[in-house]
Amino acid sequence: MSNTIRIKAPGQARRGEVMELKAMIRHPMETGYRRDLYGKQIPEDILDRFECRYNGEVVFSAEFFRATAADPFLTFYTVATESGTLEFRWLGQDESVYRESVQLEVK
Amino acid sequence: MRLWLLVVLVVNQASAETRSFADRPDLSADAVQSGRLFLTEETRALQADDFANPGYLWVERGGELFSEGEKSCAGCHAAAGDRSLAGAATRYPQYDAGAGTLINLEGRINRCRQRYQDQPALTYESQDLLALTAYVASLSQGLAMDVPIDAEAAAYFQQGRAYYFQRRGQLNLACNQCHDDNWGKRLRGDTISQGHPNAWPAYRLEWQTFGSLHRRIRDCDAGVRAEPHEPGSEIYISLELYLAWRARGLGMESPGIRR
Repeated sequence: MSNTIRIKAPGQARRGEVMELKAMIRHPMETGYRRDLYGKQIPEDILDRFECRYNGEVVFSAEFFRATAADPFLTFYTVATESGTLEFRWLGQDESVYRESVQLEVK
Repeated sequence: MRLWLLVVLVVNQASAETRSFADRPDLSADAVQSGRLFLTEETRALQADDFANPGYLWVERGGELFSEGEKSCAGCHAAAGDRSLAGAATRYPQYDAGAGTLINLEGRINRCRQRYQDQPALTYESQDLLALTAYVASLSQGLAMDVPIDAEAAAYFQQGRAYYFQRRGQLNLACNQCHDDNWGKRLRGDTISQGHPNAWPAYRLEWQTFGSLHRRIRDCDAGVRAEPHEPGSEIYISLELYLAWRARGLGMESPGIRR
């Protein structure tokens, strides 16, 4: 399945308002410690970093590790300063990048 | 482990010998309770929050697949129209004359793909089939399970019911010994539910992913150390029919969250 991303962000906000942002991505966060039905080791496959950029500037970031549950879900806050783009990026340990953007209008 | 085995033995003895197949009663309709009520408050809240509930990753993907392609599902089953699928999931499994057998929602989706969309059937438990099933099931959220037991379905119903009451595996336990006789009690760290299928397909925390009812039933079979059947097999679809009838009247919850 393609990596489904779910974002919850306000389309509009007042200048100075504290906005709640939510981001979830479909990802198995495979630890590398498990074995399949046939005893073969399942290779490690985790996302190790998340960033939220507001007009290019990182306003929130997080590191993920093997113990992070599958389908990681984050809720965080930032202050609305100007209209523009909120970009959400997940970086995989294998250099893969998953991203989603939403537009924000600040009045 | 030792203590747990002891508990199992006590349960075994309590309902062994004294009851024949004929006097094992079905769960009475007024006792029916959703598995949701046996979860912790936090897990219930996770299910109820339509953003935090990770099952919606599959529902959304299913919604995309539903509208994809030249002959899309949405081409026939528009959201509002003659063939809307609201409530459809409440009536499965059901006998399909064309297929000549009992089919569940997954089977119906695959029948549609082959007959009307010129697409190959999706593998049972594949991510795409889970996603489509989750989407269609979510259209019946809150609606009461209402599976028809017509003349054609009756034989499958009896087969499913017999499976439910049949002791199996090294632990020699039947479904009813947990889910009729001992629901609400503790089994190690868990509260035993009544075993209703109304939240499936569901996101199971233990799996860290989304799965079908048949995958869940396989875990129960493996739990009593019996040989599990294949997902999508006739015996599991028959059992699903019995479970659906047993849960009649319960609101559909898919995408549910279960332990």
